[in-house]
Amino acid sequence: MSDSSPALLIEGVCKRYASLQALDHVSFEVRQGEFFGLLGPNGAGKTTLISTMAGLTRPDDGRIRVMGHDVVSDYRAARRNLGVVPQELVFDPFFTVRETLRIQSGYFGMGRNDAWIDEILHHLDLGAKADVNMRALSGGMKRRVLVAQALVHRPPVIVLDEPTAGVDVELRQNLWAFVRRLNEQGHTIVLTTHYLEEAESLCGRIAMLKQGRVLALETTSDLLSRRFQLTLLLRLRGGVALPQAFHAVAKASADGRVAIALDGADDVAACLAQLHAAGVGLDDVELRRPDLEDVFIAMMQEAA
Amino acid sequence: MSKALRTLMYKELLRFWKVGFQTVGAPVLTALLYLLVFSHVLDRQVEVYGGVGYTAFLVPGLIMMSLLQNAFSNSSSSLIQSKVTGNLVFVLLTPISYREFFAAYVLAAVIRGLLVGAGVWAVTLWFVDLPYAHPLWILVFASLGGAIMASLGVIAGIWADKFDQLAAFQNFVVMPLTFLSGVFYSIHSLPEFWQRVSHVNPFFYMIDGFRYGFFGQSDVSPWISALVAGGSFVALALVTLNMLARGYKLRS
Repeated sequence: MSDSSPALLIEGVCKRYASLQALDHVSFEVRQGEFFGLLGPNGAGKTTLISTMAGLTRPDDGRIRVMGHDVVSDYRAARRNLGVVPQELVFDPFFTVRETLRIQSGYFGMGRNDAWIDEILHHLDLGAKADVNMRALSGGMKRRVLVAQALVHRPPVIVLDEPTAGVDVELRQNLWAFVRRLNEQGHTIVLTTHYLEEAESLCGRIAMLKQGRVLALETTSDLLSRRFQLTLLLRLRGGVALPQAFHAVAKASADGRVAIALDGADDVAACLAQLHAAGVGLDDVELRRPDLEDVFIAMMQEAA
Repeated sequence: MSKALRTLMYKELLRFWKVGFQTVGAPVLTALLYLLVFSHVLDRQVEVYGGVGYTAFLVPGLIMMSLLQNAFSNSSSSLIQSKVTGNLVFVLLTPISYREFFAAYVLAAVIRGLLVGAGVWAVTLWFVDLPYAHPLWILVFASLGGAIMASLGVIAGIWADKFDQLAAFQNFVVMPLTFLSGVFYSIHSLPEFWQRVSHVNPFFYMIDGFRYGFFGQSDVSPWISALVAGGSFVALALVTLNMLARGYKLRS
């Protein structure tokens, strides 16, 4: 059953906490092997959705399947197929890193798992800390152990809930390199992050949530190209005024430059020629593609 | 016993063993201090059963009191710590069933209770020669008492959201029931009203039955005590399993 099933199938999931509708008929699926992004502002319902996938929260309505296994009625199989890196930096202060990982393996019924534990420790740069108590680790190190704990039972689906929050640049790059490798090996990755550039560079498809609803569910490239234009950023020489023809498409940017919205790359040459003909000198020119942050902000504003 | 259950039990055992000085050594010392003070003051003045000196009478009570309190502490403190620090999520994310969860926490807590009880017994060997009239009853009541308190500890650990709520449970429920159960006296030495009150305290039956295992004498029949203790365990186990199955305060 699990071979041809979607990695995650989410159908009409609703969850209400008192007056707050945390999830409102959320439906989408994540295919096996995808690198999927789950984005949204604080309180959008991302963590509630992840908690529901993991069985920490029970849905009021709807259902979720992990590799074909229902997270409520077939929770044992569903949880064996899912590894979750929680958002909070939690740890058990009684144990060393290796003890923590051995215990976590045992919870999943795995006996001798040291070869895989050593491999994870190596890839996460934790080898030297294997016998160190969790209390003695830095925040970044603890975050890596959380990732290791989620991987210890070799789950085909890995959910990372803001894994790089408060993590330094070097660790972030190492972590993404490791997660990319896992994805290349066939693991399905679901990522929530506030670093939109990370989602843009890593995720093939993205769901955007707001107030418990799915606002968008598209490939990252479709999302970026759907309705957003290129922007030509110009620094005009000597305070020269823009020709009248540009007033409808130009606006001043915060750093003193002029931003001109273009429909496509073909317009760049024509725009610059028109400025040259009007005698407008330029000190600086930059062509900027829309990024996920532009899309995100625009969509959230539209939905407000 | 599944690998998952064994691992969770092992984790619980390792947790208290790593701080054994505090979780085993300290309660043994406390019991020893009780013994030194009470036996010094009362040994020549009180004879509870015929031919049984007060110090000998006191020792099984102290062993059982330490066993019960530590079985309760193990499951309750582990759960509240894991809840407050958030690391209980590592258990909740796994395929461990609620029955395995219950069994692991109870078994580990019973083992800690038995270990502390054995420690108290070992240090009191210096002070008194105890008879062992019915060793099987000793084991039955030690295990049942530990299991009752371990279940109560799971309930308290799940119910409490803060450490002070758990402390209140311990100070206002567990301690009074333990101290008013006949650890330090036979209930026959109480006025009739308080004797009747003692008979509704399940802790009294655990300690009385346990003491019967040593002296072959008790305030009530060991069979009645076993029935009350067994019934109490079944009732508490059902309540605990129901809470765990519903995910009460564990899964939203």
